Amino acid sequence: MSDAGAAPGLARGAREALPIVLGYVPIGFAYGVLGRTAGIPVWAIAAMSVIVYAGSAQFIAVSLLDQGASAAALVATTFMVNLRHLLYSSAIVHRLAPLGRGRLAWLAAELTDESFVMASRAAPRYPDGLPFAVMAGLNGTAQLSWVAGSFLGAAAGSLVGDPLRFGLDYALVAMFLGLLALQMHGRREVVVALAAAAVSLVFHRFGMATAGVIVATLAASAVGLVFKGSQADRAMEGAAGEPAAGVAAGARGGLGAGGGGGDS
Amino acid sequence: MRLLLIFLAMGLVTYGPRALPLLILAEKRLPPSLLRFFEGFPVAVLAAFAAPLILLPEGRFDLGLGNLGLVAAVPSALVALRTHSLIATVVVGSVLMMVLRAL
Repeated sequence: MSDAGAAPGLARGAREALPIVLGYVPIGFAYGVLGRTAGIPVWAIAAMSVIVYAGSAQFIAVSLLDQGASAAALVATTFMVNLRHLLYSSAIVHRLAPLGRGRLAWLAAELTDESFVMASRAAPRYPDGLPFAVMAGLNGTAQLSWVAGSFLGAAAGSLVGDPLRFGLDYALVAMFLGLLALQMHGRREVVVALAAAAVSLVFHRFGMATAGVIVATLAASAVGLVFKGSQADRAMEGAAGEPAAGVAAGARGGLGAGGGGGDS
Repeated sequence: MRLLLIFLAMGLVTYGPRALPLLILAEKRLPPSLLRFFEGFPVAVLAAFAAPLILLPEGRFDLGLGNLGLVAAVPSALVALRTHSLIATVVVGSVLMMVLRAL
């Protein structure tokens, strides 16, 4: 393991994280402001971003602390909301270069929805698996931006008012949407996206958003098994033909059918 | 101090699901069908998060022009497809949302 090779890897990883940074800084900022509004001290707002580092769970924790919930309720809720990381952790293993348990344990601490998606997206570019340095650069940059956003939001505090009125919350939505659009390589991806959207919408509608993400991911990926060939294979086929048209049709289908799921 | 202890407990129950599969599956050879199943995860997770955010803004279905998130989603997706740049997508989407809310 040459440490001479680590610096470029870290830099490459940090570059992979840039779109995440654009989403995390504003959302972290909003979390910080809400934390101050709930009367949580600045140090604690930042500490939660360092120790827990899980966006949706932290927003829920702020509102629970505001309501004076018990420690047991906070911990139990966090556990439920963050169980979905089991899926990412299982699915990312074979994408990583062979690493010792110590390094895996390190990388696991910063596994999030977004870092999982970005790492999966970068993986085909590393035939021998994602190197530790790239993963550490990606993860470290992402968490740093989350902690920085949280701290800035907490420091700005009540000066800002309602943090969501500026469109800050839309940064993450746009990132999800962009990532989704860029992964519509073929029919399988479109069908998986539509199935996941439909299942998630139904669960969400009945107040089970957390379970919805897990069930939607498992169910939609199972549906995806019907289609043959790997994502990479079909990306190659697409390159021979007219990839842009297929991608555009996929995105339109995605939006359309999400709505269709809503009607049912 | 009490807060710090709560955060540590929250961190612990978050770390478990993040680390256990990685550590358990690390040196295992997984069946190809399972790997193909996993391949669907990134797209499925994104769609599962994005769909309610865009289509259920107030917890109820809104497919009208009053749903600003839906209105901003269309140009955002087009920017992603044309530029292949996530950064451009995030910037255009957020600025558009800011403008729409100000109108």
